[in-house]
Amino acid sequence: MMNPLKTLSRREKLGLLLIAGTLLVLPFMLATVGTAWVRITNFAVLFVLLSLGLNIVVGFAGLLDLGYIAFFAVGAYVYGLLASPHFGIHLPFWVILPIGAAVAGLAGAILGAPTLRLRGDYLAIVTLGFGEIVRIFMNNLSNPINLTNGPKGINRIDHFQIGNVNFAGTDTFFGLNFSGPIKYYYFLLVVLMAVIIINRRLKHSRIGRAWVAIREDEVAAKAAGINTRNIKLLAFSMGATFGGVAGGMFAAIQGFVSPESFILNESIMVLAMVVLGGMGNIWGVIAGAVLLSFMPEVLRYTVEPVQHALFGKMLIDPEVLRMLIFGFALVLTMRFRPAGLWPEALHRREMTENRT
Amino acid sequence: MSEVLLEARNIGKRFGGVQALKDVSLTIRPREIYGLIGPNGAGKTTLFNVFTGLYPRDGGEVLLNGKPLSLESPHTVAAAGIARTFQNIRLFNNMTAIENVMVGRHVRTKAGVFGAILHTRAERAEEAAIRRRAEELLHYVGIADRAHSLARHLSYGDQRRLEIARALATDPILLALDEPAAGMNATETVALRALIEGLRNDGLTVLLIEHDVKLVMGLCDRVAVLEYGQKIAEDVPEVVRANPKVIEAYLGTSAH
Repeated sequence: MMNPLKTLSRREKLGLLLIAGTLLVLPFMLATVGTAWVRITNFAVLFVLLSLGLNIVVGFAGLLDLGYIAFFAVGAYVYGLLASPHFGIHLPFWVILPIGAAVAGLAGAILGAPTLRLRGDYLAIVTLGFGEIVRIFMNNLSNPINLTNGPKGINRIDHFQIGNVNFAGTDTFFGLNFSGPIKYYYFLLVVLMAVIIINRRLKHSRIGRAWVAIREDEVAAKAAGINTRNIKLLAFSMGATFGGVAGGMFAAIQGFVSPESFILNESIMVLAMVVLGGMGNIWGVIAGAVLLSFMPEVLRYTVEPVQHALFGKMLIDPEVLRMLIFGFALVLTMRFRPAGLWPEALHRREMTENRT
Repeated sequence: MSEVLLEARNIGKRFGGVQALKDVSLTIRPREIYGLIGPNGAGKTTLFNVFTGLYPRDGGEVLLNGKPLSLESPHTVAAAGIARTFQNIRLFNNMTAIENVMVGRHVRTKAGVFGAILHTRAERAEEAAIRRRAEELLHYVGIADRAHSLARHLSYGDQRRLEIARALATDPILLALDEPAAGMNATETVALRALIEGLRNDGLTVLLIEHDVKLVMGLCDRVAVLEYGQKIAEDVPEVVRANPKVIEAYLGTSAH
């Protein structure tokens, strides 16, 4: 494949430059509104990472996974256990993140193995069960040996540290104040770039084609010579790896992990991001994740004042409204754009029309 | 005895109480077009699915080039050199034509996840070779101009051709076609026939299930007839056509 930048038109290049510029100055703009928004953005990026990971399993390989958050949990707990006073181990993050990714990847393969013969609804139920099993394990692995500290979770998890720069406090570079969340933001941005590149390369590779072939027609894929067992396990494992990396960063940013962060709702939320954005299409999935991550926060800050202004009092709790709008948005999407807001095929058609 | 490419010995297959195949033995010689015909429900497709590892067999064995063929799973069969198409076309509909063919190269290539992520020199070279081969094959079957169309947007005849191109991409020594002319009009059938003859002339062996008796008799070097899961005849078309058992199977028993 050619260098992707060479195939872009001048307008697309300008667009990319604008996006890159915005992403670079974004945290400082947000910080003027409130550091909370930088944190919210960081969590949005984490969800983008999760969605891109789940997209490999659901979008590329077409395997419906309702327990994906379990891998996020595995990554988070690996980080928590290896960088906190809980065991008194304090490894640097660049050692733990790969370990977390590997452990999550292994967990992905372990989940994948018994589900190979299952499809659709049955697969969804088994993966849902797996997600719950992981959470319940973490809730209960405090006895007889205190491994996970049970429902209390793991506290005082170390922040990232690069050289002398600790991600907990504020540092000044080039006359700018980099608070902890802003430093995490830039780190997340780098990871996100890497994950997007990896996703794109996988998609346009021999393995990526095999995943899509399995999604399209498993019998034909087998007949065409694909070892569907291995390739499906690889999809579960790769997707889980992304989840594990995101989980590790989540633990560091929060400074705290407990089982309640990894409930079924979170799995469904990540799945909704993938489906809403457009399964299989990397940019659609990113758009879906950004949209669904920011929506509740925007509502949180607008619903109350708007209702006060209109009715003089609060009629609907923001949390209730959030689920209402969320559900409504999903129903509308499925009705009018069943393949998602920015689906893969449409994207491809646009590309080929430009080419010819 | 002449050379044998594929030999099936006493293949049996049972679905519950139904004996779909009973002791079916046949031999396919290199570079021949071997036809498999029989009334509906005779077990032609079942035999096909056993040969290509899709159904587990209940008995018998298959030798390819004199060596026992593992029928464990379809991908090992594909790796051993048997490629197939399906009666009701099975393409990867939301992939482009060329991507469909590129999937067929999977079994002959080896780049893994790390090669893809790191975009190594070896991976790029292999990827370029896959694309080149796929382009050649699309050209070979005559749909090079549709390379970047989604498979589901192709016409029926072109979809058949694409399926053949995908099968050819696995570098088969035996190509098994399950009713390739089904649903085709007369012009398309003529073109298909030319394509199959071309394949044989290029050194491939073809196993053909077909309902169109005229096509089979005109095209095939030898023909086997199945009825109720048993082989009732196997010979050159002229002999098979005259076989009373075959006439009976197709036309029913004559009144005595």
